[in-house]
Amino acid sequence: MNDKAKAPAAAAGKSRANQKKELPDHLKSYKHVWVMLELERGVVHPVSWELLGEGRKLAEQLKVDLGAVVLGPPEGTASAVTDAFAYGADVCYVVENPSLVDYRNEPYTAVMTELVLKYQPEILLLGATNLGRDLAGSVATTLLTGLTADCTELAVDADGSLAATRPTFGGSLLCTIYTLNYRPQMATMRPRVAPMPIYQSGRTGRIIRHDVSLPEEDIITKVLAFLPDGSMDKANLPYADIVVSGGLGMQNAENYQLVRKLAEVLGGEWGGSRPLVQKGWITSDRQIGQTGKTIRPRLYIAAGISGAIQHRVGVEGADLIVAINTDKNAPIFDFAHVGIIADAAVALPALTEAFRKRLSAAAVRPAAE
Amino acid sequence: MHIVVCVKQVPDSAQIRVHPVTNTIMRQGVPTIINPYDLFSLEEALRLRDRHGGEVTVVTMGPPMADTALRKCLTFGADRAVLLTDRFFAGSDTLATSYALSFLIAKVTENWGAPDLIFCGKQTIDGDTAQVGPGVAKRLNLLQLTYVAKIESFDFEAREITVQRRAEGGIQILKTKLPCLITMLEGTNDIRRGTIEDALRGARAEIITWSAAEAGIPDLTLCGLRGSPTIVKKVFAPAPRDEKAFQIDVADKSPSDISEALIAEIAKRQPALERDLLKGAAGY
Repeated sequence: MNDKAKAPAAAAGKSRANQKKELPDHLKSYKHVWVMLELERGVVHPVSWELLGEGRKLAEQLKVDLGAVVLGPPEGTASAVTDAFAYGADVCYVVENPSLVDYRNEPYTAVMTELVLKYQPEILLLGATNLGRDLAGSVATTLLTGLTADCTELAVDADGSLAATRPTFGGSLLCTIYTLNYRPQMATMRPRVAPMPIYQSGRTGRIIRHDVSLPEEDIITKVLAFLPDGSMDKANLPYADIVVSGGLGMQNAENYQLVRKLAEVLGGEWGGSRPLVQKGWITSDRQIGQTGKTIRPRLYIAAGISGAIQHRVGVEGADLIVAINTDKNAPIFDFAHVGIIADAAVALPALTEAFRKRLSAAAVRPAAE
Repeated sequence: MHIVVCVKQVPDSAQIRVHPVTNTIMRQGVPTIINPYDLFSLEEALRLRDRHGGEVTVVTMGPPMADTALRKCLTFGADRAVLLTDRFFAGSDTLATSYALSFLIAKVTENWGAPDLIFCGKQTIDGDTAQVGPGVAKRLNLLQLTYVAKIESFDFEAREITVQRRAEGGIQILKTKLPCLITMLEGTNDIRRGTIEDALRGARAEIITWSAAEAGIPDLTLCGLRGSPTIVKKVFAPAPRDEKAFQIDVADKSPSDISEALIAEIAKRQPALERDLLKGAAGY
């Protein structure tokens, strides 16, 4: 847990906050920033590219190399390596083995820890996806080092330490966490928290191939099948241009449907805050916020959402945030661009109708260029 | 069969408020609850026990008051509860927590037999790291299955388990051997109402309570703040934006007037968006 401000430890907590970097000698040689690429069924998850973008900034400040780690089946990593260089990696550590064709905790943990112990990166970043979160805890525990989950910001201090910021106390505040005296400093970041870096076609780097022995008969967990999700009815919040969401201020499941109606008229996605998942008004893939989806739409309309930090960090990247709330002091008005102090149950249907009229008028008469 | 379920008592984070002036957490009066994610794991454990026989032991590492969370688990039907509590654990991060929990489970093994399955919650609502489950699995050298949506088959005699694991873009069907550690996805089941017998048992039961020494934890420097590689150096509220939201005038305006005003404001601030919306509506 990252909750440090407990009463019995308050005095110790104070000195911990001022704790200096006292890196043991054997860890001083750890150098370079690494990002583990999430390669599954031939495709790299975009969060890996976003992390290369963040890793690039850290590597620049530390004046070290940015490394991408690619694990995959034989002859299955070439395009991931090409893209990694294009997105900013200086070095690619490539491990190809038939046992790595599908993600499994055992072989991936074994390979990652072997790589880290051999090449000794000072920072290791992974996406906070199901794969990344399954793997990161295992690797950190094996290496007995610190891991900070779901960071919203990564930076480097004057002394070269990684400063990892994330929400805390259920999302009411932010905290900055350090792994001062252990290596590597590990952190995970959720998809869409960082922007996609620029793709520099033709950019190249060094490839370090690492061979591992992973006899399949020694790996106990087997992948029997992979069942892809149907594309119909699948929420795509992280990449949606328009998102409308509702919070507890919608009062009940029936009112929540007003959120969905507006989203549909606008051709956007609908979502909600965590309590709505707990109440069953929306499915968990539509949860927006720090522990749900981070979104970066062009237009975000939040109805009946108070705007606590765990929600804020999930939506701050939106170009235009509109908030509808009856409480003029709701924290959401601190970071929304436009506000309406009104009952969402009244405002949403009116807004839906106004948009519907305007858009159907355009359908009758093509929009003037 | 013996199943161990790790739970955590947490503040109900939905009710935590920040003091508007001092920017500190107002913790008084925030009720504590069982971490909601743990309940999905507990229910799955109880179902397996009901079907295959055996016992469910619920364990937690926490302050003395965490015994109420354990007692609640007994009323749901768990067979026994063990609380590991000691001032040495104060300020533990996830590495120090998994260290202590792994010895707690080793001590539980000594007393009541090795667990065939260990369940943990997917993550906590106060830490939200999802790291302790994998940490415990690694410490105990157990296979790990996280984000389990469903246990497809469980063959206790053959010591095999097959699960549906939520992955990116689909479901992995994974098969592994016992013993293993599992974290369940939320929404996979509903925690049951315990029986009257369970309620009475829960009310009367003695919660087995161990200190670090009693749990046989060998190295206290690996516990608590001292044993935590991660250090929280700063807790702060986000910097307020320079301007608060521009408020659409609502005084004496009808909902449709307000809507028109909002649409105009959106068009002013994001002209390209309005254009694209209209283009989309016109069928381009």
